[in-house]
Amino acid sequence: MIQEYLELLLVDYTLQVITLGTAVLGAVCGMLGSFAVLRKQSLLGDAISHASLPGIAIAFLVLGVKDNNGLLLGALASGLLSAIFIKGIITKTHLKSDTALGVVLSTFFGFGMLLLTYIQKLPNANQSGLEKYLFGQAATLLASDVWLMTTISGISLLVVLLFWKEFKMVLFDADYTKTLGFNVKFIDTLITSFIVISIVMGLQTVGVVLMSAMLLAPAAAARQWTNSLAKMVMLAGLFGAISGVIGTGISASANNLSTGPVIVLIATLFVMFSFVFSPIRGLLFKQIKLWKNRNDLKLMKTLLFMYNLVKDHENVAHPHKIQILNNFQGYTRKSLNRLQAENLILLEKGNWSLTEKGFKTAKNLYTQEL
Amino acid sequence: MTSAQIEIQFILGLVAIACALPGVFLVLRKMALISDAISHSILPGIVLGFFITQDLASPLLIVMATLTGVLTVVLVEYIQKTGLVKEDTAIGLVFPSMFSLGVILIARNAGDVHLDVDAVLLGEVAFAPFDRWMYQGIDMGPRSLWIIGTILLVSVLLLILFFKELKIATFDTGLAASLGFTPIGIHYGLMTVSSVTTVGAFDAIGAILVVAFMIVPAASVYLLTTNLKKMLVYSCVLGLVASLVGYWIANYLDTSIAGTIATVLGLIFFMVYLFAPSKGYISQWYRTKQQKTEVAMLVFMLHISNHEEEKERNINHLQEHINWTASRAKKILKLAGKNNMIVIKNNVISLTDKGDKFTQKAISYISDNKNSELEGVKEAFFLFRG
Amino acid sequence: METKIAIAIDDLTVAYNYKPVLWDIDLQIPEGILMAIVGPNGAGKSTLLKSILGIIKPLAGSVSVYGKPYKKQRHLVAYVPQKGSVDWDFPTTALDVVTMGTYGSLGWIKRPGKTQKKQALEALEKVGMLTFQNRQISQLSGGQQQRIFLARALVQNAAIYFMDEPFQGVDATTEKAIIQILKELRKAGKTVIVVHHDLQTVPEYFDWVTFLNVKKIATGPVAQIFNDDNLTKTYGINYKTSITEGKL
Repeated sequence: MIQEYLELLLVDYTLQVITLGTAVLGAVCGMLGSFAVLRKQSLLGDAISHASLPGIAIAFLVLGVKDNNGLLLGALASGLLSAIFIKGIITKTHLKSDTALGVVLSTFFGFGMLLLTYIQKLPNANQSGLEKYLFGQAATLLASDVWLMTTISGISLLVVLLFWKEFKMVLFDADYTKTLGFNVKFIDTLITSFIVISIVMGLQTVGVVLMSAMLLAPAAAARQWTNSLAKMVMLAGLFGAISGVIGTGISASANNLSTGPVIVLIATLFVMFSFVFSPIRGLLFKQIKLWKNRNDLKLMKTLLFMYNLVKDHENVAHPHKIQILNNFQGYTRKSLNRLQAENLILLEKGNWSLTEKGFKTAKNLYTQEL
Repeated sequence: MTSAQIEIQFILGLVAIACALPGVFLVLRKMALISDAISHSILPGIVLGFFITQDLASPLLIVMATLTGVLTVVLVEYIQKTGLVKEDTAIGLVFPSMFSLGVILIARNAGDVHLDVDAVLLGEVAFAPFDRWMYQGIDMGPRSLWIIGTILLVSVLLLILFFKELKIATFDTGLAASLGFTPIGIHYGLMTVSSVTTVGAFDAIGAILVVAFMIVPAASVYLLTTNLKKMLVYSCVLGLVASLVGYWIANYLDTSIAGTIATVLGLIFFMVYLFAPSKGYISQWYRTKQQKTEVAMLVFMLHISNHEEEKERNINHLQEHINWTASRAKKILKLAGKNNMIVIKNNVISLTDKGDKFTQKAISYISDNKNSELEGVKEAFFLFRG
Repeated sequence: METKIAIAIDDLTVAYNYKPVLWDIDLQIPEGILMAIVGPNGAGKSTLLKSILGIIKPLAGSVSVYGKPYKKQRHLVAYVPQKGSVDWDFPTTALDVVTMGTYGSLGWIKRPGKTQKKQALEALEKVGMLTFQNRQISQLSGGQQQRIFLARALVQNAAIYFMDEPFQGVDATTEKAIIQILKELRKAGKTVIVVHHDLQTVPEYFDWVTFLNVKKIATGPVAQIFNDDNLTKTYGINYKTSITEGKL
C-alpha cells in the first residue's frame, strides 16, 4: 500500500499539494508549539484553538461566502480575543489559570457551536465546509492556501531565527533578562502571537478540538532526544511534518475520515516511542540503569563480605575456598566472574583471593563520596 | 409547553446540578481542565462498550466510559510522575489522543447514525424524550432522566457523607493527611464521581458543555463567595438558571441547545467578572485607584515628617526626590490639603498637628505590621478619600 | 578619603493594595563592600532587590547607580536570582546558561561568538564548573546550579552584584567556594549585596549588614550594627530562640 501511495504522490498534483501543506503546517505547529511547552502554557493552545471557532463562524456570516483566508482571519481575531480574556481573568481575579482556560474554552466554543447550528439552518447551505474546522480536513487544502501558509511560516521562522537568543533567554529566565535591559514584554507578546498564528494555520488540518496535541506532541517527543533548545525545535518540526504527511496519507485512503484524529495519533505514537526508548531520559533506559545499579550494589556487598573475612589476616591475598561464601546471600557464580573481570579478586582452583585493587576498593567503600 | 419540552428542561436542570457539584471542587483544587480531559477521553470507552453490546442503552457503556475516565486520570498522573513532561502537557497529550482513537473507531464502524461526532461534542438532548426506558411495557420516562437522576442522587449522598473530609482535603491537604483521611482517596473519589457524571451528562449535552457546566458556575460563584456551602448551592442555582434560559433562547433561535447554554453561562460569568462587589473588575479598578492615591499620600506625609530640612520639603524639590509626575504630585498635595494634613508657606510644606498625629500613628502601625488597623486610622483622619 | 556611593536609594516604597512591602527605604551603599540584607520572612528583601533592578515597579522612590539613574547604568549591575525561580528542566547546558550573561553586552539580535564563549568558559572555571560545561542543567546538584548562576553574573564584569539567597539549599563546599569568590570581588573593588537567610554566618562572611523589615531598621558595618538591639528591633523579642531552633 505504501508503494501505491508513493507512486500516486509522484503524479497526483492534488495529493502533492495536500502533502506539502500538511508537512508545512505540522512542522510549524511542532516548532512554535515548543515555546508553549517550555512556557508551561501547554493548555493555552487548547483553549485558544477551541476559542477560535466563533471567529470562524462570524467571519462566514459577515463575508457570506466560504473564503478560507477570511475565515482564518476570523479565527485569528477570536483566538487573540480569548487570549486577552484569559490573561484578564488570571491577572484581575484570584481564579487560577486552569479555571480561566476552562471558562474561556467552553464558553467560546459553545458560542461557536451555537453559531454553527444557526448557520446550518440558513438558506445558503454552503456551510458544510465550516465543519471541517472541527476535526480538520487536509484534503480541502488548495495550492493557494499552501502558498500562503508557507509564506507566513517562512516569515515567522525568520523572525524566530532573528531573535533566537532573546527567545531562549526569556523562556528560561524572564526576570534576569529584564535586568539586562531587554524589553521582555515585547518578546513575550511575540511568542504568544506566534503560538496563535500557528494554531490558526493548523486549524485546517487538525481542527479546533485536537489542536493542542499538534502543538504539544512533537515538542514533547523532541524534548526527550536532546538537551539543546535549537535541536529540540528542529526535531519537533520534523516530527510534526512527518505526522502530518503520514496522517494525511492514511486518512485519504479511508472514506470520510477527518485528517485531524489520524495525525494526532501518529504524533502520539512518536511521543510514546520517545518516552520509552530515548537514551538517558527514556523509561527503558532508566529502568536498565536501575537494574544495573542494583547489580552493582550486590557486587559491592559481596566484595565487602570478602573484605571482612580477610582484613584481619596477615596476608590479605590469602586464598579462601569459595564454599565459605555459600552462607552469604549476595553471592552468585556470575558475580564472582564479574569481580574477577574487574580485577578485584582472583579465582583459582575453587578458591578466591582479594587483589590489591579489590582490597583498597572494599576498604574505601563507605568513605568514598558516592 | 409540551411534555417533551418539560422533560428536556427537567433533564437539563438535573444535569446542571449534577455537574455543578463536582465542578466546585475541581475549581477549588485547581483541576478544572481535568474535566475537559475526561469529557474527551471517555469517547473510546463508550465506543468500545457499544462494539461489545451493540446496544446504546446498555449500562456497560457507562461502566466502560467511567473506567476510561479514571484511566485517563491515572495515565496523566503517571506521565507527570515520570518527570518527562509537566502536568498540563500530559493532559494536553492524553485527551486528544484518546479522543482521536474514539473518532477513528467510530469511523471504522461507519453507518451508525447515533454515534456521529457532532453528537459527541454537543449531545442530543433534543432527542432525549424519544429515548424512553420501557420497563415491563410501562413508559418510565426518558432514559437520560433516570441515568442522570441516579448519578445526581449518588453524588449528593456522597457529598453529604464525606462533606467534612472533602472540605479539609480541599483546603488543607497537610491537615487532612495528619488526621488520617487519605487525600488520595478523596482525590480518586472525586475523579470517579466526575467521570461518572461526565458520562451521564455526555449523552444529553455532549463533551464541551460538560466542561462549561462543571467549571463556569463554580468559577462565577467563586468570585462572589469563598464559603464552600454557599458555593455549592449558588453554583447549582446558576447552572439551573442558565440551562433554562439557554433552552428557551435555543428554541427561539433554533440553535444547538448545548451551545446556547454554554454561551449563556459565558455571559453570566462575564457579568459577574465585571460587577462582583469586591472581586469584580470594576470595583477593583475603583478601589485600586483610590488606594494608590491614599498610599501615595501616606508616603508623602511620612516623607515630610522624616525630613526636617526645609530644602527637602520644598514643593519643587519634592517631585525629583520622590520621583512622581507633576500631575500626581499636584493631586496628592490637593488631597492632603483638603484633609487639613498639611500647610504650605513659601513653597515649603509642613505638617499640621492633625497631619503629625496621623503620621505618627501610621508609622507605629506599619512598624508593627498592623495593616488592617491602617484602614481604621484612615477613616478617622480622612474626610476626603482619594 | 571619600568613599564613592555605589547605590543610592531614596524613599523607595512598594505596596500591594494596602499592604506595604517596602516603606520609605533610604539607603546609601558605599562602593567596595560585601553587604548582607537580613530580615524575617516577608520583610521585603527580595522585593527590595527586584524593585532596585526594575523587575517590580515601586510606588515611589528612586534608585541611582554612581549618581546616575539605574536605567542608564544597567551594564554596571549584575543579578543572581533565587535558584528556585527557574525551571531547571529547560533544555540547555551549563555553558549555555553562563553565555546568557554576555547577551546584555551584545544587545538585540547579535549572536554570541568566540569571544563570548571564551568569557563564559573563564567564568565557569572561576566557579569550578569547567568540567560540567556541557551538562544539562537538571543533572546538576543545587550547589552546582548556584555556581552556574553566579558564573552567569560574573561574566557580565559588572561593578555591582546583587544576589538573592545564594546559600539556600547549597552544600557546605559550594558555600565556602562562593563566599571566597565574593570576597575576591570585594577585594577587586566591586560592591556585593546579598540577601542572606542565615544570621549565624553574617559576622563571618560580611563586613556590612542592613536590617530590613518593611522599613530599614539599621545599616552599617557589621561590627557596629550587628547587635542585640537591632536584632530585636528586626526580628522581635524572641529572635534568640528562633536562632537556636534553626528558624533563622
